[in-house]
Amino acid sequence: MKQIYARTKTIQEDKVSGFCPGCMHGTVMKLIGEVLDEMNLVDKAACVLGIGCCGLQMDYMAYDNTTAPHGRACAVATGMKKANPESLVFTYQGDGDFASIGLAESMSAANRGENITVIFINNGIYGMTGGQMAPTTLIGMKSSTSPQGRDAKEHGYPMHMCEILNQLTAPAYLERTSCNNPANVMKTKKAIKKAFQNQIDGKGFSMVEIVTSCPTNWGMDALKALDYIEEKMLPEFPLGVIRDQ
Amino acid sequence: MSRVFMKGCEAIAEAAVRAGCRFFAGYPITPQNEIPEYFARRMPEVGGSFVQGESEVASVNMVYGAASAGVRSMTSSSSPGIALKSEGISYCASARIPMVYANISRGGPGVGSIQPAQMDYYQATKASGNGGFQMLVFAPASVQEAVDMTYKAFDYADRDRNPVLILADGVIGTMMEPVTLPEMKTDEEIAEIKEAKKAWACIGHPLDYANRSWIEPGHWKTADMQRANEEASRLYESWGKEAQAEEYRTEDAEVVIAAYGISARIAKSAVNQLRKEGIKAGLIRAITVHPFPSHAFEHIDYGKVKAVLDVEMSIPAQFVTDVEAAVKNRCPVETCLCSGGNIMSRDAVIESVRKILAK
Ligand SMILES: Cc1ncc(C[n+]2csc(CCOP(=O)(O)OP(=O)(O)O)c2C)c(N)n1
Ligand code: SF4
Repeated sequence: MKQIYARTKTIQEDKVSGFCPGCMHGTVMKLIGEVLDEMNLVDKAACVLGIGCCGLQMDYMAYDNTTAPHGRACAVATGMKKANPESLVFTYQGDGDFASIGLAESMSAANRGENITVIFINNGIYGMTGGQMAPTTLIGMKSSTSPQGRDAKEHGYPMHMCEILNQLTAPAYLERTSCNNPANVMKTKKAIKKAFQNQIDGKGFSMVEIVTSCPTNWGMDALKALDYIEEKMLPEFPLGVIRDQ
Repeated sequence: MSRVFMKGCEAIAEAAVRAGCRFFAGYPITPQNEIPEYFARRMPEVGGSFVQGESEVASVNMVYGAASAGVRSMTSSSSPGIALKSEGISYCASARIPMVYANISRGGPGVGSIQPAQMDYYQATKASGNGGFQMLVFAPASVQEAVDMTYKAFDYADRDRNPVLILADGVIGTMMEPVTLPEMKTDEEIAEIKEAKKAWACIGHPLDYANRSWIEPGHWKTADMQRANEEASRLYESWGKEAQAEEYRTEDAEVVIAAYGISARIAKSAVNQLRKEGIKAGLIRAITVHPFPSHAFEHIDYGKVKAVLDVEMSIPAQFVTDVEAAVKNRCPVETCLCSGGNIMSRDAVIESVRKILAK
């Protein structure tokens, strides 16, 4: 019998993931691994992990990586890429990391057009610290620090990072995808591939924003969370290529 | 070896380039702007990179990234900026990433003043960031010393896989002096250092590579964290032998001045003046402020010494706590202090010595 599917080599064999059931961090991690493998880039991969559940990957991935202070992944990646332009440098960050505490680092790296790739996980909430409000939390969405639901008057509006970065001249590629159904998972994979290829081609800053779920802190089971993405998240965060130059 | 007339900040930058530093990131703050400005001009000439970060926080983290990739890397700032850099410095210490940084310190606390001061002593020697890590801290008293220390700092950083701090105040950073510059490391030498010492670098390795690079500035498991801290602690203990001091005319001294950096240089000229007048003054100058050179205080004849005079540009005094610990109550410890950007005056030091002897 021909084997048509196998665990990606980039995930350590002896490890069992500690992500919650239904969490898409594992899905995206697998996609990155498959893309690295298919593009023959594993030997060049230098990943910069953000702080948050995304950082849990440290224990499972098999390629080179470092953990940045909370929010600073784009700055760490800037130094890493400049010091060693041969590596494929990519960050993997949550919304608290990329869009809140790290906003200056994220925007500045994008503005400089650093030749790095950002994988930005937008799950609308701070996962690891127990479900506090993120810059991406939807209006009306409850979190532990917006128990009555996010109120625009008090907390402002959800931040759209692809659109914000699209105001800058330098970024090469900005796309928003999701992992809420198989078709979107495949589109996410394609987007990651393109973002890595851009770096190989020296095109500069590329970001893939991936709308995902945090069933645990959303207080839903995994399937409900998929519906929530479809019904609530995607109208606020429309999918598609926002910039490709 | 070339002999040139150079400003402290620029000389520090040139020494770093000669030591093989090929990445610098920083953010403007007086009185250290000449360091990033110098690197901005110089790095392209040697095939290195300079980045003006969007903040101190970003720039120290760029250095964390570049040093993680195995390249000799440096940042610099002045007091309030160093406070911001404490995040990245702590991360480097935890992840065992070698890097060098300079604090061309100014008055404090807060935004303080832009004039030279020695108000960051505790921060530099006791708590440069969260988590109780330690570093070698060098305190130059001349531009030449700043050059020599910076040049060597990269070797220490690589040896220990730990940050190294050059703690110089605004006087050292902004004054011009003739200096002998060290040899320029060749590209081959720089490559060799990377090859030999940095197999751990995060640059992308094949999956079966033995030294798989996981740069972790922390540990999930408490046992791992304790082990890492025990290992770091053994490293810190091994630094005892690195403690350096200059002992100047202390053998027969009745008053021994204790100082570091520019204050020590001013105190030295006070000692020379007092000696001309037949007054037996001496000086212990801390060259490393961490580890503290306590050994020098063992060489004093406490039968003769009336008091140790702590001279520093900080109010309240900070360096004095280490001096007191080294003196161990064997004689009184007095202070001669100034702050807020006032530079220590030789006459104030002389006056303090006279007062002690008049008691
Ligand atoms: C300087 C600093 N502040 C706060 C924290 C605590 N912290 C850890 S994870 C996290 C939230 C991460 O949220 P997000 O980036 O959305 O990632 P997720 O957990 O959802 O993947 C915070 C605030 C920290 N580690 N460092
Ligand atoms: S808390 Fe949320 S983001 Fe973190 S692993 Fe669980 S589901 Fe995923």
